[in-house]
Amino acid sequence: MTAFDAGRRDGILLSGLVKSYGPVRAVQGVDLHIAPGETVAMLGPNGAGKSTTIDMILGLSTPDSGSVSLFGLKPADAVHQGLVAAMLQTGSLIRDLSVRELLVVMASLYPKPLAVDEVLEITGTTEFAQRRTHKLSGGQTQRVRFAVALVANPDLLVLDEPTAALDVEARRDFWAVMRGFAERGKTVVFATHYLEEADAYAERIVVMARGTVVADGATAEIKARVGNRTIRATVPGVQRADLEQLPGVVALDVRADAITLTCSDADAALHRLLRAYPDAHGIEVRGAGLEEAFMELTADPSEVAQ
Amino acid sequence: MTAATYTRYEVLRCFRNVRFFIFSLGFPLILFYLVAGSNRHATTDGIKFPLYYMTGMMSWGAMTAALAGGARIAAERSVGWTRQMRLTPLSVRTYFQAKILSGYLLACCSIILLSLAGLSLGVHLSIGKWLTVVGLILVGLIPFTVLGIVLGHVLSTDSMGPALGGVTTLFALLGGSFGPLAQHGVFHSVIECIPSYWLVQAGKIAYTGHGWPAQAWIVIAVWSVVLVRLARFVYRRDTARV
Repeated sequence: MTAFDAGRRDGILLSGLVKSYGPVRAVQGVDLHIAPGETVAMLGPNGAGKSTTIDMILGLSTPDSGSVSLFGLKPADAVHQGLVAAMLQTGSLIRDLSVRELLVVMASLYPKPLAVDEVLEITGTTEFAQRRTHKLSGGQTQRVRFAVALVANPDLLVLDEPTAALDVEARRDFWAVMRGFAERGKTVVFATHYLEEADAYAERIVVMARGTVVADGATAEIKARVGNRTIRATVPGVQRADLEQLPGVVALDVRADAITLTCSDADAALHRLLRAYPDAHGIEVRGAGLEEAFMELTADPSEVAQ
Repeated sequence: MTAATYTRYEVLRCFRNVRFFIFSLGFPLILFYLVAGSNRHATTDGIKFPLYYMTGMMSWGAMTAALAGGARIAAERSVGWTRQMRLTPLSVRTYFQAKILSGYLLACCSIILLSLAGLSLGVHLSIGKWLTVVGLILVGLIPFTVLGIVLGHVLSTDSMGPALGGVTTLFALLGGSFGPLAQHGVFHSVIECIPSYWLVQAGKIAYTGHGWPAQAWIVIAVWSVVLVRLARFVYRRDTARV
């Protein structure tokens, strides 16, 4: 195995990344290892340091200290070899080319691009492929920007808040394409502050706040860190004493027939509840959404103390 | 992975931008027809006015086009495209080469259009002389092409219009495109150190027959080297900020 193959196996390695802009410490010590083929969401509120970290991954800015290795290479070398493509948070397209021409130009810069027609097809841009880039709507522009990143056929695809300008339907299309691309064994890193997106489309979530990684794990794990789920149901003739016997219940509330159970183990509680009260209905189990997990993880400890 | 496709489309973009095209090529042409057309049979210092005016417009038009070529970088910066291109394997060298080439092609178009316009007003110029004039103008454009790139990196799209207008007018004025300034003295010596002066002189070869003195080559070379340094500096500063 060559050194390059070994490096390729290493995927993406960030160690001790620090970056300040004047007095603002945007990123203060980020360590992260992303294996090839992983789809990772970087989740965090605005100002958490996501974009700054992404800029350093891509070599657009240089860390004050720490290092970035992409498939065993420096970012600039990985970019030069065409291993990386990105859809940055801001930016539009150059004018005076048609969508198709723009993709042809971009494809020509990479060693193993995807076919332009294929990319037009999967990104849903075929119908306006002949239109000039400066005559597109915001949503169309965003699709083309995605197409520009895809046509490069990179090993690492970085997306910085990619769906910001898209409507719900376009958003769904977008993630379907992203998934298809990731299934080719590609590494995908995307930043988002849409919790549902991280939850639905990433295998792993890296939660950032105040310039550091505050949680890192499989999506289910992140949720489990907050844990509790809530069961709501209408249970005719329910006895409070019976509910108190249920396993995995940490708190309960009974108003006539309507019950609310806060559970550490909702599955166990629900099984037992249904055995005791087969006529329970209107059952609703709500996970402590990623939102709660997110709020808890990113809360500023100094603010909580107050 | 070829630079050829990128360069080809870059040139295509340049020629598709109608506003840019009209300002760079149309202005000198219209001015030539308006002024030289109405003074067709006049002479200045024994030289037929259309010839005199054609060479002046050639150096001015070529300068405008060359400056504007690099200045288009401002528009690409404003939409974040330069950042996007830095994420591709495209080399910085190819990126700039394409800009310089488009500027030069535009300048050549301007020169050819003005030459044809000159022909239509009865200007006679031997092929040899024409080639000398055009060749030296193209050499004299080097600092202006690089200056365009510098402006493209330091100015915003909004300020580019007035800035380009101001810079080209200033250089054209000092260089003598709108008529010679001081012929002697300290001021003349200063003017001889300005590259646009030699652009205008290159045009005048059409009727004076004198080629460039050594000083012209030195002035163009020094300005080019200094501006390339400056361009490298502003490019680095621009890319480091983001």
